[in-house]
Amino acid sequence: MHAFEARLAQFVLDNRLFVISISLVLVGLLSYGCVKLMPDTSYKAYFSEDNPELIAFEKIEDTYTKNDNVIFVLAPKNQDVFTGETLSIVEELTIDSWQMPFSTRVDSITNFQFTEAMEDDLIVRDMAKNSHSLTTEEIQKIKQRVLAEPLLINQLVSESGHVTGVNVTLTIPPAELTAATPEIAAFARQLQAKIEKNHPQMKVYLSGMIMMDDAFNQSAINDFTKLLPVSFAVMMLLLAFLVGRFFGTLATFIIIVFSIFSALGVGGYLGYPLTGSSPSTPIIILTVAIANCVHVLTTYAHSLKNGAHQKDAMHDSLKINLQPIFLASITTAIGFLTMNFSEVPPFNHLGTLVAVGVLISFLLSISFLPALVTLLPKSNIKLSDNHGEFLTRFANFVIANKKACLWLMVGGITLAIINIPKNELNDVFVHYFDENIDFRTDTDFMVENMTGAYTINFSLEASESGGISDPVFLADVENFSLWLENQPETIHVARFTEIMKRLNKNMHADDPAYYVLPDNRELAAQYLLLYEMSLPYGLDLNNQINVDKSSTNVKSTLQTISSKEGIALDMRAKKWVEENTSKVTHVDSASTFLMFSNIGQRNIRTMLFGTVIALILISGILILALKSLKLGALSLIPNLIPAAVGFGIWGLLVGQVGLSLSLVTGMSFGIVIDYTVHFMSKYLRAKREQGMIPEDAVRYAFRTVGQALLVTTMILVIGFGILGTSTFYFNAGMGQMTAMIILVACVAVFLLLPPLLLKIEDKNAPTNNNATVSDLT
Amino acid sequence: MRQLITMLLCLTLLNAGAQTAEEKGLAIVQEADARDTGWVDSKANMQMILTNKQGQKSERSIRIVSQEVIGDGDKSLSIFNSPKDIKGTAFLSYTHSLKPDDQWLYLPALKRVKRIASANKSGPFVGSEFAYEDLTSQEVEKYTYKWLRDEEIDGKNHFVVEAYPAYENSGYTRQVVWIDSQMYQAVKIDFYDRKNTLLKTLASSDWSQYLSKYWRPGKMLMTNHQTEKSTELLWKDYEFQVGLTNRDFDKNTLKRSR
Repeated sequence: MHAFEARLAQFVLDNRLFVISISLVLVGLLSYGCVKLMPDTSYKAYFSEDNPELIAFEKIEDTYTKNDNVIFVLAPKNQDVFTGETLSIVEELTIDSWQMPFSTRVDSITNFQFTEAMEDDLIVRDMAKNSHSLTTEEIQKIKQRVLAEPLLINQLVSESGHVTGVNVTLTIPPAELTAATPEIAAFARQLQAKIEKNHPQMKVYLSGMIMMDDAFNQSAINDFTKLLPVSFAVMMLLLAFLVGRFFGTLATFIIIVFSIFSALGVGGYLGYPLTGSSPSTPIIILTVAIANCVHVLTTYAHSLKNGAHQKDAMHDSLKINLQPIFLASITTAIGFLTMNFSEVPPFNHLGTLVAVGVLISFLLSISFLPALVTLLPKSNIKLSDNHGEFLTRFANFVIANKKACLWLMVGGITLAIINIPKNELNDVFVHYFDENIDFRTDTDFMVENMTGAYTINFSLEASESGGISDPVFLADVENFSLWLENQPETIHVARFTEIMKRLNKNMHADDPAYYVLPDNRELAAQYLLLYEMSLPYGLDLNNQINVDKSSTNVKSTLQTISSKEGIALDMRAKKWVEENTSKVTHVDSASTFLMFSNIGQRNIRTMLFGTVIALILISGILILALKSLKLGALSLIPNLIPAAVGFGIWGLLVGQVGLSLSLVTGMSFGIVIDYTVHFMSKYLRAKREQGMIPEDAVRYAFRTVGQALLVTTMILVIGFGILGTSTFYFNAGMGQMTAMIILVACVAVFLLLPPLLLKIEDKNAPTNNNATVSDLT
Repeated sequence: MRQLITMLLCLTLLNAGAQTAEEKGLAIVQEADARDTGWVDSKANMQMILTNKQGQKSERSIRIVSQEVIGDGDKSLSIFNSPKDIKGTAFLSYTHSLKPDDQWLYLPALKRVKRIASANKSGPFVGSEFAYEDLTSQEVEKYTYKWLRDEEIDGKNHFVVEAYPAYENSGYTRQVVWIDSQMYQAVKIDFYDRKNTLLKTLASSDWSQYLSKYWRPGKMLMTNHQTEKSTELLWKDYEFQVGLTNRDFDKNTLKRSR
């Protein structure tokens, strides 16, 4: 049975230089792919090309204008936007914003095109110009006009007029998006700094989709430059402390670096982009792969301590560890590969690359590691056996109190599990970043003071060219907008019918009685023509009306609501249009918010499916490895419980489950299974090879693998815990949840598995012999 | 003293010999303007085809009548024939070099003439990729110029001149104009937006000569590089010196123009 392991160990140890050289060449070849890695920091990276909501979104963007934007929120200390000075700042910022790279439109309260009638003249002009020289009366007049303008209130100015915004729309060719984002963000920050420096009484906040893309970028850089080195340092210190050998630690370090670069290189060859989720890849590989080396090195150190020669000690270690670390690696890899069931490309890439990294680290730790370590001088070993004594006492305690342990665990688990429903599926994409990222705090300010960060665009189509001027269609659009405005989730609804009403009034000598929609199709069309003729560059209606004048875009701005509420509102709105309009032939809706909401909902479903697949595959492997259907099935309990308990605790403490958390079940399953594999295999070995009674076998298992399990738990919890401090929620949430699940898994293996084993074995004592027989064949 | 005068004289002469790029640019445009003077008035039908990024098309058809005004911008009257919702709408404008144009619109549905009091010339003309400022008569004083180079395209020589708007509220920082050295007409114009990046390109083709003197394009294609939308103008039925009078360009008679 151990013939293969022995032959492999012999080959590696007889051809050490060859093994090292070939490893270096292969690692070099794979790592070369890293040069092909290209960053893609757009939020769109999280959607595949065939994502239906992305397609709908891009269709609307192509029909009207792009939605990429930067928004400046200006908050003067005196809480009043309507002063000559503040209005001048807004004017200046409006002009400066035209210089922002890729800007195609700038909207502010000062360049808003105000229309009024004067006899037979239609006057179209900027709401405020040369504000610094305006009189108090003139400024009061502007204030009245701005605060009475439905298109501005809650959009570019607060109801009380204490903050105002300048919105810059950008049109960026997709190929240039990644390079453009930091350039635009830097330009925006420059303008922000300039205003704050020249006008100390003014505070400027920055939000918008481009600032969000930039936050993805920033947090990725932050994770790569801070979290990754910290993880490395902590892991190496931990390893040096636990394994206690300088050269062993060095060799492990080399293997981890090789595994990470090879995995990332594979990503490069496969054309995977670097996204906000990418920094997770090396941190997870580092954390997970370290366990393999720990197993090989601890056994090696034990043998050395018992006086064995370096080569013989390594030969033993490989013989003992090959199968368990192979199993552990393969199950971990399967767990991560389930991320491929997700339809979010960065998660597919993360799963695949971690799986590749884990498998490469496995190959290296059974070839390169032994070859290198036995070539390096051996240093003094500091391993103590004190833990063994403690673990034996612990085992005795668990055996003596098995009923209490079982009930305690069942109670605790039940308590945790009943809290699972408290989790609400929600992707608040503004909250993807923590408060250390300016985008988050600035956007929070904007949402609290001026307007929402969530929008849904509804594109309403008429049946024919020019159909938007049909009075019935106009009434449909207006009624829909009013309905939408009255929904509790809505902050603002922008629609072109507002302009129509205003023009109708202007055309009738500003008579307020005419602030209604024109009742004649030709009239509406001619108003539109007149109005369009008098607009300046960049302030046209192309963002609301298509070229054929057969469809219009109604843009709603929403409160910060959950994904579920967002999807529900969208459905409700479409249903309303279907039932209550007569000339709207089709309605499309799309937005970034809907994209994230829908993908979040679907991701849960696909990941549940993925988890089930992982469950079946990994259980199958476990049953084969343990050669016992019953024990394999039993081991599912301590494997399934950690994720359930983890989500229960999460429900109690956090309550919101976003996109990345749905990935955790599958991947954590692949990691926690290792605990059971190690514990069960030692338990079975004691029973089958040494004929121990179950109680003694449990003691044996605790003594032999207890320490390794505690060490790996510490490493994994700390590693994922560090990932949990990422400024990017996808990484942080995943790290925190996985760390928690691993901790629960460790507790479950120590407190739940032994009582369960003893309970089962009590009832079916005769199966002992069967197991022994099967092991002999 | 005498030496100084001689020196200054020499310098002035030298300068006259070696024209600056600005002077050369201006000279080319003045020549173009001179060659296009004397047509008195004209009539033509224009078909406008708008295409968005999705490839959706939309058409408008407009009859355009113009009158040459020596010493100021020309007068023009545009009457919409289609789409039918705006049929009969008439747009009268007196262009001026530097001050805002006078503009009136007759709305048949309202049966009234409205003066548009707006300094804006840079917005899109009826939703197209043409700004109003691209379509109005190109007076020499509207821009300052700089000759960049001569360039040969398809065996024909072109003057490449850069033009900088001299009027307020333009949507552009500059235009680069390719002027055919035979026709003295702009065959291609690159428009640069306020942040000085390439915004649009206008290519004019299918040229015909009228009255053995005046060149007009049969087709003008404006492509917006930023939004990937485009607009094509097809010109037909050009007529010159048809005997129009000031009355044809009077806001009070705008209602009767069809």
